[in-house]
Amino acid sequence: MLRGKAFKFEDNISTDDITPGRLFHLRSNLPELAKHVLEDVAPSFGSMVKPGDFIAAGVNFGLGSSREHAAIVLKMAGVEAILAKSIARIFFRNAVNVGLPVLICDTDKINDGDELEIDLVGSIVKNLTNGTKLPIGEFPEVMLRILEEGGLIPYIKKHGDFES
Amino acid sequence: MGKTLAEKILSENSGSDAHAGDIIIARVDLAFLQDGTGPLALRQLEESGLEQIANPERVVLFLDHAAPSPSLELANDHIILRQFARKSGAQLYDVGEGVCHQLVVESYANPGEVIIGADSHTVTAGALGAFATGMGSTDVAIAIALGRTWLRVPESFNVAVSGGFTKGVYAKDLALHLIGRLGADGATYKSLEFSGEAIANMSMTGRFTLANMAVEAGAKTGLFPTDEVTRAYLESRGRSALFRSLRPDPDAKYERAIAIDASSLEPMVSKPHAVDNIALARELTGTKIAQVFIGTCTNGRLDDLAVAAAILSGKRCHPKTRLLVAPASREVLREAISAGYIQTLLEAGAVLLPPGCGPCVGVHQGVLGDGEACLSTANRNFRGRMGNPEAHIYLGSPATAAASAIAGEITDPRELV
Ligand code: SF4
Repeated sequence: MLRGKAFKFEDNISTDDITPGRLFHLRSNLPELAKHVLEDVAPSFGSMVKPGDFIAAGVNFGLGSSREHAAIVLKMAGVEAILAKSIARIFFRNAVNVGLPVLICDTDKINDGDELEIDLVGSIVKNLTNGTKLPIGEFPEVMLRILEEGGLIPYIKKHGDFES
Repeated sequence: MGKTLAEKILSENSGSDAHAGDIIIARVDLAFLQDGTGPLALRQLEESGLEQIANPERVVLFLDHAAPSPSLELANDHIILRQFARKSGAQLYDVGEGVCHQLVVESYANPGEVIIGADSHTVTAGALGAFATGMGSTDVAIAIALGRTWLRVPESFNVAVSGGFTKGVYAKDLALHLIGRLGADGATYKSLEFSGEAIANMSMTGRFTLANMAVEAGAKTGLFPTDEVTRAYLESRGRSALFRSLRPDPDAKYERAIAIDASSLEPMVSKPHAVDNIALARELTGTKIAQVFIGTCTNGRLDDLAVAAAILSGKRCHPKTRLLVAPASREVLREAISAGYIQTLLEAGAVLLPPGCGPCVGVHQGVLGDGEACLSTANRNFRGRMGNPEAHIYLGSPATAAASAIAGEITDPRELV
């Protein structure tokens, strides 16, 4: 069970919004890069987000570049899970690979600052602020297994390969 | 039930009867990294504890995004990539060789292969009938070690393009039109499969542009059937033996059919800050442009420079507009010099940048000032993409770019060709 506060974002948040190209030189200095997370769209986000909080976005979250740094810095900033109406393909894989849950649900029912409780096993998001219950969309089995191990690297360390 | 191109390639690759929705373990025929995603991939590879590299001949590292390096941090990242290549036997393309996707099609990609790159525009190689898709650093790191990855077999959209392009209209305009129609997430997780008369008659250059931009509609891959155009290209690259005829079954099942008449298309432009925010170039007349950029993995090829040079020949860029040109590869640059295009562009006032990504991703070379607008031949115009969130990026074809450089404002190139 995860519990935290939602930070609401619009549709089409790109990986350039999360980790802009002008900070390209910080990609091998992730703690420094993480200080700038989402600063062009939400300058106060980095200082307000607390460990355990969530992002609740619209459609196509994480579109654009393949930079996995985007998923990593969100996690480093304390984001516990990303909820969105839809997620761009590469970002989806990247988030799972770094152990950051990405959940598809109807985020129209979530407002900025709402308290959420997420039941990953029961596949339900409870909005404690307005009392709504939002079902979570289906997740490919292989991604669930990777997420359960905390990401692709721990998964491979344990299993050695994809099949086992 | 017949199969789509994606289903055919992935069935053969995995030795299974693969259909849309299946999860397969695919053999990776080529895995590559660039300087923005490579250092993280190598750190993840080390962390994984896997010591082997499945096939170093088919692992390629490209120094293209920050090349030559504009900062000490990136210079140090480059050292890490060079050292890994030396130690592992992986292939290295150092600064000045060009953009990864151009080098992949010039030297590596073949029909029927599964290609994964730690860069979203890996889809470019779909123009040669390769199932090519972008992934993040960790996925590619593991594929480098194991030679395998997991893939979900995508559903496909059939994009049938009939008719012929009119003068001044190019594959880029078709790409922007298609993305405008699908929306930036309209093809998420899908394979876009191209067919029809306009596709059969399209040069490899045009096919690369179109495949490259498949990801801007969210697609996992953009696939072309192979034909004589593919064969001639591979032959010119010394890979004729690797040509294979690949086409979807006539009764393949498509999730959606999209029909476009190429003859009805006009020069298109994407407006800030979304690729699917399209307009006709002629509707944007009067939009002042401070910088024009011709280059990138979308439109930095020889034919693209030829189109721009033809329009700029004997003309000058507008005094308030700077023109930057970055050929997509060293070979493109050499050929463009031989053909006289570079001379023409320089005489028109262009600044020549080294082969590579140039200002496309905001790292260096042509970062925009506050409030400035750029007309770029790239594939993305997200806020901040070219290094400044206060700037505006418009996307268009090389012809639209060249015409706009002369006028200093967005211009329909048909006024000049
Ligand atoms: S040219 Fe631009 S889009 Fe293409 S690989 Fe380089 S940065 Fe990415």
